[in-house]
Amino acid sequence: MQPLLKVENLVKLYAARRSARSKDKLAALDGVSLSIPSGETLALVGESGSGKSTLALCIACLETPTSGSLSFEGLDVATLDENQLRLIRPQIQLVFQDPVSSLNSRWTALDIVSEPFLVQRRFTKPDRAVRALQLLDRVAIPRRLAGRRPDELSGGQKQRLAIARALALEPKLIILDEALSALDCSVQAQISNLLLELQSSLGLTYLFITHDFAMAAHLADQIAVMDRGRIVESGPAEKVLSAPRHEATRSLLAATARFVGSPSVLVTA
Amino acid sequence: MTPLLEVKNLHISYCARTGEVCPALTGVNFDLAPGEILGVLGESGSGKSTLAAALLRLLPSNGKIQKGSVLFEGKNLLQASRQDLRKIRGGRIGLIFQEPSSSLHPTLQVCQQVSDVLAAHVSLDRRAISDKTSQILASVFPAEAERISRSYPHELSGGQRQRVLIAQAIACGPSLVVADEPTASLDPTTQQEILQLFRTLQQNLGLAMILITHNPALLAGLADRILVLYAGRIAEIGPAAQVLYSPQHPYTAALLRCLPSHFAEAQNARKAKLHVIQGDPPDLSSRENGCQFEPRCTERMEVCKSVEPSAAAVNELHEVSCFKFAG
Amino acid sequence: MRYLLRRALHAVFLLFGASLLTFLFSALTPGNYFDEMRLNPQISPETVAALHAQYQLDRPLPVRYAHWLNAVAHGELGFSFAYNSPVAPLLWVRARNTLLLTVTATLLAWFIALPLGVWSAARFGRAPDRVLSWTTATLLVVPDLVLALGLLILAVRTGWFPTGGLVSVGFDELSPFHKLRDLASHMTLPVAALVLATLPMLVRHVRASVAEVLDAPYLRAARSHGIPRRKLLYGYALRAAANPLISLFGFSVGALLSGSLLVEVVMSWPGLGPLLLESILARDLYVVIGGVLLSMIFLVAGNLFADVLLYWADPRIRTVASPK
Repeated sequence: MQPLLKVENLVKLYAARRSARSKDKLAALDGVSLSIPSGETLALVGESGSGKSTLALCIACLETPTSGSLSFEGLDVATLDENQLRLIRPQIQLVFQDPVSSLNSRWTALDIVSEPFLVQRRFTKPDRAVRALQLLDRVAIPRRLAGRRPDELSGGQKQRLAIARALALEPKLIILDEALSALDCSVQAQISNLLLELQSSLGLTYLFITHDFAMAAHLADQIAVMDRGRIVESGPAEKVLSAPRHEATRSLLAATARFVGSPSVLVTA
Repeated sequence: MTPLLEVKNLHISYCARTGEVCPALTGVNFDLAPGEILGVLGESGSGKSTLAAALLRLLPSNGKIQKGSVLFEGKNLLQASRQDLRKIRGGRIGLIFQEPSSSLHPTLQVCQQVSDVLAAHVSLDRRAISDKTSQILASVFPAEAERISRSYPHELSGGQRQRVLIAQAIACGPSLVVADEPTASLDPTTQQEILQLFRTLQQNLGLAMILITHNPALLAGLADRILVLYAGRIAEIGPAAQVLYSPQHPYTAALLRCLPSHFAEAQNARKAKLHVIQGDPPDLSSRENGCQFEPRCTERMEVCKSVEPSAAAVNELHEVSCFKFAG
Repeated sequence: MRYLLRRALHAVFLLFGASLLTFLFSALTPGNYFDEMRLNPQISPETVAALHAQYQLDRPLPVRYAHWLNAVAHGELGFSFAYNSPVAPLLWVRARNTLLLTVTATLLAWFIALPLGVWSAARFGRAPDRVLSWTTATLLVVPDLVLALGLLILAVRTGWFPTGGLVSVGFDELSPFHKLRDLASHMTLPVAALVLATLPMLVRHVRASVAEVLDAPYLRAARSHGIPRRKLLYGYALRAAANPLISLFGFSVGALLSGSLLVEVVMSWPGLGPLLLESILARDLYVVIGGVLLSMIFLVAGNLFADVLLYWADPRIRTVASPK
């Protein structure tokens, strides 16, 4: 069965700031290949500067790669025209790390969740409100908070709101770019459970970008490790975790402050 | 041995513009011995950042210290004069705030920002201050201290900025450093480097430290004692190993259970539901009677609803505020 | 460096364009100096036509512009019909008088505005700050004309200050010290009027910029390090708030020649303002163009100056403009 998302040899070059004329280009992505089967979670682990966010933007069709191919459901994205792309984009949604900057602080929660409907011009006005409330239910935001603004919500509620917004257009793939990193531990657990529940009930596919190996290990079917624009190791989660081969993987594993859930065993870095 | 820092019965609240009073810290009591590392574990809304700011009276204008005392080296900081307080800030107590990206002045060079801290507390001539600055930066940046010294904050990475903040905090040789979420926005590798730096500094300079974080894993192997804050109150305080290995307060236990399990083992635990602490984080503006954790506690009893628990000793070093232990 | 050169080049282009526009507008305005003469029956049309030709007013526009550009390149700004003299010396004298006034007033205004704004920002929202805000708001609302007239009335009523002019009669016979004193007493009122006109806006800007910065995390961090209050306010807060203020200073420099027209006219100060006003009314083309060009040079130079200052003061601009 074909994978939902297939990336082959993706290269993204940015002009190095030194001078626009010179041939010096910065390779944010230096030949990245991966594939995600439908309904699974791929965790993309790497340090900052490794190119994870650039990859996320390219997959979400927000940036055009310099070369390489990106296929979604078998269709090569580069061959599509604007109209066709417009049909693809809603199926790939993003959830970012910082809900404060990704949610419009002047809008209410209901408005934020209805925004995708407005942009894509779907449904009538009363219909939108109903669907928006249903989305809030789905992510366990109490309806009484629907009229609140983001700064009146807790960190966890804000992130749920961002997830609700991502679900509005019934996407197939959700890219979570460090979506849990800014949250407290207990809230991370709640959101993690929510994501798993949504995945099993809606058949979602996740690209989970993080530098937290522990959470990646918990959520992912497959793990890919990125270092300086390249994927240096990838495979099923258990294999990568138990037998890391690449230097970058090993150092990341070693650096992850681990604390075993059961308090009787303490592992320190 | 006289404690370096004694916080007694600290009550702090914030006044919202609407006039509501929001208690941020209630009845906080703890001691800190010289050279000891105390980890303060708390999530959002627990009052941990308020505690850090309050120690040096750096609360925002709507924050009020209602009662309590903070004795540092014998002096009550809450009643110290402005002048004395200024000398202590940076001079005897170093503070490292959150957000390294915005805690450094954007248009001053790194060496200038460290020198200014020195100049504020020691009376040395410019040459001597400059030398001392180089020394301090060299102790914090093992390599390329020269280049960093001449750089501006926007030219540095997150980890480098954090180190500059640390350099500023230790510049005048304080006896206590308070660090509020020092590794929050950093990569794992950089996190470990910063924690290692803390260890080294503590060993070499005999610093006492208060490390504030929401991630228990950071305190493992570093803190001597751990204090757990919930809704502005101390839930539990005791030796690190005891609090982390055998937490007594239901909140601490629940929090530690939330962490994803170690991956190499327990394969069937992958993609399973994590333990969560049911319910929502406490809303400090609407204060209920009784234990603040009661609505979410799996071991709650009748008395928890109406009466607030006071600290009870589990053993001579470990205290818990929970009716499970009250005599 | 390249950044600065780019800005300088930009400035030159700006000057070219503006001079062209000024020339066009002035030359295309209906009427010219000799229209007055034409109405006078005693002067024959042939004389008018001859004068027309003498001053080259019958040539096509592009030619006249080219001639004028050439002249400017040689430092000549044309000929004034009304004063019957070259424009350049006329302008220099008047410009000097204006600058005497405006440079003093600008320096004084900034010198007062900075500490006042910082003082006010440090007490933001409290009683002293509110009093100052109220005062500056009132001064802002009062038109400059009223301020100038008010001061004139003061002068007339009290006789403490002369009511107009650059110097008194018999200036040349005075000793150097008395000359200075005489000049100073004549300058006092116009400078006061200018300062009162510009100070409120400056104070409000300084106050707003500094107040915004005082809440910043790095200010709190600096306080936590025990940095003394004065250093916090001036070395840290004002420094961080400098960017908008530097741009504002650039405007101040740019307005050195153009900002004082009203005050000069009201207080009979022989500066560029009254000259320009007269010349516009008299259709004295080359004086107008010369005066406007001079003002524009200052404006553009002021902006360029601000760019240079910003480049020097803010390392972030240096990094963006010319990364290592």
